[in-house]
Amino acid sequence: MRWVNRKVGRTNAFIMGAIPIVLLMIVYLVLAGDRHAINPNDKILPLPSGMVAAMSDLVTQPDRLSGDYLFWSDTLSSLTRLFIGLGISTLSALLVGLVLGVLPPVRATFGPLVTGIAVIPPIALLPILFIAFGLGETAKVALIVIGIAPFMMRDIAAHIAALPREQIIKAQTLGASSWQVMIRVALPQAMPRLIQALRLSLGPAWVFLISAEAIAADSGLGYRIFLVRRYLSMDIIIPYVAWIALLAVAIDLLLTFSSRRMFPWAHGGDR
Amino acid sequence: MSALLSLRNIWVEYGEKVVLENVSLDIEDRSFVSIIGPSGAGKSSLLRVVLGQEVPTRGKILLDDTPLPPECGPDRGVVFQRYSVFSHLSVRKNVMFGLECAQAPFTARLFGARRRAAQEEAEEMLHAVGLGDAMDLYPSEMSGGMQQRLAIAQALIKRPRILLLDEPFGALDPGIRADMHALITRLWHDYALTVIMVTHDINEAFSLGTRVLTLDKRRHDPHAPHRYGATAVYDLPLDRKEKPADLAADAAQSPGGNVDAATASSPSSITIDKDHNN
Repeated sequence: MRWVNRKVGRTNAFIMGAIPIVLLMIVYLVLAGDRHAINPNDKILPLPSGMVAAMSDLVTQPDRLSGDYLFWSDTLSSLTRLFIGLGISTLSALLVGLVLGVLPPVRATFGPLVTGIAVIPPIALLPILFIAFGLGETAKVALIVIGIAPFMMRDIAAHIAALPREQIIKAQTLGASSWQVMIRVALPQAMPRLIQALRLSLGPAWVFLISAEAIAADSGLGYRIFLVRRYLSMDIIIPYVAWIALLAVAIDLLLTFSSRRMFPWAHGGDR
Repeated sequence: MSALLSLRNIWVEYGEKVVLENVSLDIEDRSFVSIIGPSGAGKSSLLRVVLGQEVPTRGKILLDDTPLPPECGPDRGVVFQRYSVFSHLSVRKNVMFGLECAQAPFTARLFGARRRAAQEEAEEMLHAVGLGDAMDLYPSEMSGGMQQRLAIAQALIKRPRILLLDEPFGALDPGIRADMHALITRLWHDYALTVIMVTHDINEAFSLGTRVLTLDKRRHDPHAPHRYGATAVYDLPLDRKEKPADLAADAAQSPGGNVDAATASSPSSITIDKDHNN
């Protein structure tokens, strides 16, 4: 049987998906064990026991200087920045994408501008943002927004512009004005796509968040990683990276789930 | 007596390419006009011009002796071959859409008593097209035939002066198509509709229509085939006296099918008006 025709059941898919992850962990443990056999104080590949010991301070003990539980305060400040950035991007993508997609004159006027902004590497703008907004929260949120909003705007605008012409015509023969076409035909059909675009933007959003935190911050997951890098504290960096991955996966699953719950009509094929 | 819809010397050109040349037509109230012709003969262009989706290069269109604005409006309903329904709305809400747009300009949604009234009107229309049991489904859960029934109900709720059908049954299998023929004939009769239908199916054109228009190029330049456009080369008013057995049978099978003898016709009973041809 050809490989393209091989179907994988649910249980098998779960097991098969777990295999590479487990293998990778085993390889890591073996390598770490080897290094620790030679040098019990090795910092490059810490053992799980070392990670737990290093992390437990951050998770359960308040910091002596600030009195914060660092792990949780880092998580909170990173997620706050991330969610504000994602929220602003999503909202502006919806508004701009909608008018750009539905109204040809607006598309002709602002389409090139959005495209122009979208092709600028956002990190190149970071100095400008720091100069303009200072080193506080605004610049970090602005970096996320500038990084992902233009992509989302273009995606939503293209999706709406690609709605079947027949639907727009039909809506007009039913008496709909431009405004009514926008809010009753284009907007609801853009929503599942918006969630899709948000999911795709999560990766870049994390990149911009960590970059901004690495350069100038006093808390945050990215800040902590880059801070402890100076002491080669892999026993903190690795758990932090794993935690970021876990958060990212959780947000992604949440978005998928909510799209299915809120827009069942858009998932007709795979229900 | 003046016609409901008049086309006066309509030309449609895309740059060099002439699609329609000098089409002049008068369409009577309550007629059922079928438009046939080879592919690329401008059938759909003609429909789009009447619909207002496209502006003719030259010529004018009059509805009730007033020129049509160059965009779509609720006076002309349409059913396309596909994508005529809103996939994000349930069947009931698809039909309510037209009522909501007219009554709530800003929110395009109705509340309270007006909502209930719109809902009842929509449900009545859905029963009329045989979708009484499918009110809460989404279009993606329905067959092609049911989607077309929905598209028709959606258009009819606005009581359009003219209903335009662009190959509405082209994608349906033959059994469903026969049901749809009975349905559209009944609706045409019950709601006193004026229908213009573009079709590829000659049988359909003749069995449903009270008048068949054939679009084709009258002149052809082999070196520049795009320089001449199509026009109505045949214009056949159908004499509808006989009751064709097959259509009557279809109508009897359909739910609530009560096709009047006068509303159906068959190719055998056509009288071609020779003087009318050119």
